[in-house]
Amino acid sequence: MADKHKLLEVKGLTMDFGGLRAVDSVSLDVHEGEIAALIGPNGAGKTTFFNCVTGIYTPTKGDILLHPKGETTRRLNGLKPNKVTEMGLARTFQNIRLFPDMTVLENVMIGRHCRTKSGIFRSILRGKGVRQEEQQIVETSYELLQKVGLAEFANEFSKNLPYGAQRRLEIARAMATDPFLLLLDEPAAGMNPQETADLDQLICKISEEEKIAILLIEHDMKLVMNISDPIYVMEYGKKIAEGNPQQIKDNPKVIEAYLGEETDA
Amino acid sequence: MTNMLKEFKQSIVVTIWFVFLTFPLMVVRVNTMDNIVEWRWMNLVWVAIFSFILSYAWRYMLARQQVKKKDAESDGDRHGKIQLLLEDMSFRYKAMVVLLLGALIFPLVFDTYQSTIMISALIYVVLGLGLNISVGLAGLLDLGYVAFFAVGAYSYALLNYHFDLGFWACLPVGGILGCLFGVILGFPILRLRGDYLAIVTLGFGMIVKVVLENWSEFSFGPSGIANIDKPGLFGIDMDLAGSTIYIYYIMVAMVVFTILITMRLRNSRIGRAWIALREDEIACVAMGIDMARTKLSAYALGAFWAGMVGVLFAAKTTFINPASFTFMESAIILSIVVLGGMGSILGVILGAFILILLPEYLRAFSEYRMLAFGAAMVLMMIFRPQGIISNIRQKYTYKGVKEETDNG
Repeated sequence: MADKHKLLEVKGLTMDFGGLRAVDSVSLDVHEGEIAALIGPNGAGKTTFFNCVTGIYTPTKGDILLHPKGETTRRLNGLKPNKVTEMGLARTFQNIRLFPDMTVLENVMIGRHCRTKSGIFRSILRGKGVRQEEQQIVETSYELLQKVGLAEFANEFSKNLPYGAQRRLEIARAMATDPFLLLLDEPAAGMNPQETADLDQLICKISEEEKIAILLIEHDMKLVMNISDPIYVMEYGKKIAEGNPQQIKDNPKVIEAYLGEETDA
Repeated sequence: MTNMLKEFKQSIVVTIWFVFLTFPLMVVRVNTMDNIVEWRWMNLVWVAIFSFILSYAWRYMLARQQVKKKDAESDGDRHGKIQLLLEDMSFRYKAMVVLLLGALIFPLVFDTYQSTIMISALIYVVLGLGLNISVGLAGLLDLGYVAFFAVGAYSYALLNYHFDLGFWACLPVGGILGCLFGVILGFPILRLRGDYLAIVTLGFGMIVKVVLENWSEFSFGPSGIANIDKPGLFGIDMDLAGSTIYIYYIMVAMVVFTILITMRLRNSRIGRAWIALREDEIACVAMGIDMARTKLSAYALGAFWAGMVGVLFAAKTTFINPASFTFMESAIILSIVVLGGMGSILGVILGAFILILLPEYLRAFSEYRMLAFGAAMVLMMIFRPQGIISNIRQKYTYKGVKEETDNG
């Protein structure tokens, strides 16, 4: 693992809300080609960790470093979310946050925003360059919809999509920003077993075909154990374990966090 | 059938209740001259008939709306007939040509009075389309929009008074000043949303009006500025009728210009960012859209139209004072946008015509016209909350096959 390129490096990340320490010096790395998972009981601070990394919160302490391949390292602390996305780190949300009154295709097209550049005046004049760019956005977005299997819904309003499809649309939208690292916040939440299995395949496909590294928060243990390596476990804001699925399964601390303390009979 | 019977029964109950309530008012009348009590039983019958019809119609409409809602849920692709017709491009072009021709012939057929009314309706069309950018597209509720209109009007009035600048020179200046004020208002409210935003914009509208009223050295206070030049045409002298027709044509051109540009903006990368901002701010930012820039551009562009049309307003009335820029105006412009359909350009245009022309032509029933106006708005919001024309999304064409453009 050491020879792989390190994409995201989080060192001692701490986030306080007033007197409450939601994330307590958590360190975590994501390497190229990995599907890393962050698990833990409810309220362990996983989503807060995500929000710090993606710029929605500014962390109290610690470093978030991004090492894009072939570019200089960048520190993400305190950057605005849109800057973080521009640097190649896209995310999805735990509670689906699509644009309900836009079509499925348009939702994905929004993702292309930060990779395109026609401004107000050029949009008003609508010259050849702008029209070409627009068409390019449409084509790229449509291809992404094909990849996640939503091409047939392209012109539907996104609010009319079934639940599982909305989750996949969120992934497509995030991919439209051309990320090299994708953060998925509970992508399988509320899905039935069939949908979860499809998602399993989709995530592996993104990782292999698109060469996008993935960090996911998930509660569905079957999904996590199937696809991710390494796995990081958090409890009460602290990282309590890390390792491959087998190590995590055997780790007494993890078992304790999930099942409660063992009592002597 | 049982449903209808139920509705019928309900309506009868409502009728009886209404008759009972209005009984002392409508039936009994004490004649103090002759010291007798008059019993007007005919009124009772009328009240009963009217309340029954109204109640039944009300119930019928509500029931129909419920059925429609169910239909829409079971079949997402179903639109109304009008909606389908509007999506048909060839029909749209034909309709546009007809409308434009009608607009061009209008002042030649009708008299000056009608043209004047039409000019004010067109002014509100442009105002509505401008506000539609910030409220309808970007979802930034603005209760002080009339402030930008005032900025435009006063910039022309003052430039004309002090420097004798003409209408055409001031038109872009008014627009740009409006823009500038949009940005000035935009900066402090970047972080605000919803109710808070509404209150701040309301305050901004008030500030502009109060400043204009009280800063007499600058704006001549409540007495306003008179004798503002009408728009010139190569120095030709025009009588009242002539200049009204001229302003009318300028206004039509301005409306066409506004429609063209807002339409292009709406279907561009910028427009999509605005709509995304309206739909979900956090997701929008997480997708790499710069919130500050997007919000400011929405405010600035919305204000631009108000500033520009403000110049025309000053030129048309030749007299302006702060009384023309009250909160009521902001409220009417906002109603135009909401009634017409947020984000829909055609809807806003229709909304402006209905809200401005209806009270004008209802002058015959002058005492009841605000009542009718208010009732129309209440009914509208109950039965068609999405506005007259709900937002139509653009359909994009794409190549079905995956062959080229891999990851741009």
